[in-house]
Amino acid sequence: MSSLTHAPARAGQVSPAPPRRRRKLRGDEIGKILFVLPAGIAMALLFGYPVVKNLTMSLQDYSLQTFFTGEAPWVGLANYVDVVTDPIFGQAMLNTGLFTAGSILFQFVIGLALALFFKQHFPLSATLRGLLLLPWLLPLIVSSATWRAILEQDSGILNRFLGVFGVEPIGWLVSPSIALIAVIGVNIWIGIPFNTTLLYSGVQAIPDELYEAGSLDGATHWKAFRYITWPSLRPVVSVVLILGVVYTLKVLDIILGLTGGGPANATQTLATQSYQRSFVDFEFGHGAALSNILIVISMVFAVVYLRRGRHAADE
Amino acid sequence: MTTTTSAPAEQNRRTGDDIDLRKVLLTAAGVLILAVMLFPVYWMINASLQPSGNTLNADLIPLQPSLDNYARAISEQGANLVTSLIIALGTVVFSLALAAPASFALAQFRFRWVGLALLAILISQMIPGIVIANALYSAYEGLGLLNSIPGLILANSTSAIPFAILIMRSFMLGVPSAIIEAARVDGAGLVRSFLWIVVPVSRNAIITAGLFTFLFAWSDFLFALTLTTTDEIRPVTLGIYQYLGTQVQNWGAVMATAVLSATPAIVLLVAAQKYIAAGATGGAVK
Repeated sequence: MSSLTHAPARAGQVSPAPPRRRRKLRGDEIGKILFVLPAGIAMALLFGYPVVKNLTMSLQDYSLQTFFTGEAPWVGLANYVDVVTDPIFGQAMLNTGLFTAGSILFQFVIGLALALFFKQHFPLSATLRGLLLLPWLLPLIVSSATWRAILEQDSGILNRFLGVFGVEPIGWLVSPSIALIAVIGVNIWIGIPFNTTLLYSGVQAIPDELYEAGSLDGATHWKAFRYITWPSLRPVVSVVLILGVVYTLKVLDIILGLTGGGPANATQTLATQSYQRSFVDFEFGHGAALSNILIVISMVFAVVYLRRGRHAADE
Repeated sequence: MTTTTSAPAEQNRRTGDDIDLRKVLLTAAGVLILAVMLFPVYWMINASLQPSGNTLNADLIPLQPSLDNYARAISEQGANLVTSLIIALGTVVFSLALAAPASFALAQFRFRWVGLALLAILISQMIPGIVIANALYSAYEGLGLLNSIPGLILANSTSAIPFAILIMRSFMLGVPSAIIEAARVDGAGLVRSFLWIVVPVSRNAIITAGLFTFLFAWSDFLFALTLTTTDEIRPVTLGIYQYLGTQVQNWGAVMATAVLSATPAIVLLVAAQKYIAAGATGGAVK
């Protein structure tokens, strides 16, 4: 963040530049900087400011009253203590973990299977693969609404379908023991196309010669996958998984649309809790503390991602 | 995408009939997979066309299709659809106007801090939207930007600008700097060579970024939910959420609104597939 904002500012102030300026600041140089300046300012205002603001808010008693009195007393780490000792926190952490791990695992495995399936050449392969992207492109709230209609206990098509086999109607979204599974299921559906598409591009990049050489050595289907496909895919796999984790951690739309975090907090995650505290309870300090915890967790994975994806940043 | 079709073709020649059968089966399996994956989309459309206005015992196919639900959806959510459209288009214009020159600069100019800037962009994509919403709410409250279209356009640009920069920059890296220098030798300034040469050459990348920016902003729910408090400025995503908020009385109208909200995605997917595929992979693995 700082690089975007500081560098142009430094270059703009011509006079206090260090005495041993090797590169003169010609008009051209300033012109070039003007190309990035608007985006840099926007990023600083729309990302840098919120991140800093969120940090300060988490250390303040920032509530609805603040908007009337303008006062938000500093409270140190009290907000963090409050949210962490809240009984819902443990459940939200567990749900966040289950939601993320469950979503990623199945999105990935199914996505990989579909990527390998579509690698085979058959008529309509490309078209079908393209149409498969639809669930990923739909507005999440549209998917939530649709799945709510499908998962309705009494009239939903899923229970009607299961009823044909004599299964009693299941309260997919209203039963505390099942709701999280249902929500994860919907999120898996949404994430499969993205996994398939990225993994397909990785599978595509593996040279056919490898498989030809492998088949001469007697590599069967499974062996070819084990010794050729999987090792070649490793870099793509790590990117897919880490991006998946970072995106899934912050999922909010789907859960709010499907269950609103209920029933009985069964689908409450850190993200929904943060929303709840800030925008339902108007305890912005608490909400900020929760979302900062979310950032820290994301950043752990982000660091792994950035180390893998170094080449992009090093150019 | 299409370069590796030759190898299997060779294998196919050996046993023509078996392979043809195999291909037919593969296509059938592919269609089946797609049918399962897209069933919810079908069901959304089906339910929206049911005459009764309730999916209770909705037919598997709309035997007596009715547009009543759409009439109701448009009368109740029409204004919200227009709001969504304005916000989405505004986000495209604003984000691309800022992101396109920046991607050009980050791709072609020899700044020492390009690496750091890209790092910041990558990290910014990992910040949860709720963090942005939290901070923007209090800032907007002071600035009078709550319940406003510019406020939502700005908020949507938070994710759109970095994404657009990543997509366009990776393309603009491939624009030969020689043609830009040639233009400059001919006396074109930086701005002119950008507008006359880089923009036309990068058309596809700009379209891709624009399409995704549009879809992001059109789909936005979080900022609509947190940064609006009244009914005046209400994107359709929030309209759907309000339908869902109470006991749903009329699934038909909800599904009709859902179909209308899904239309941009469906149209873009069918009409602009190559851009969509490029964006799906381009934004992530860079």
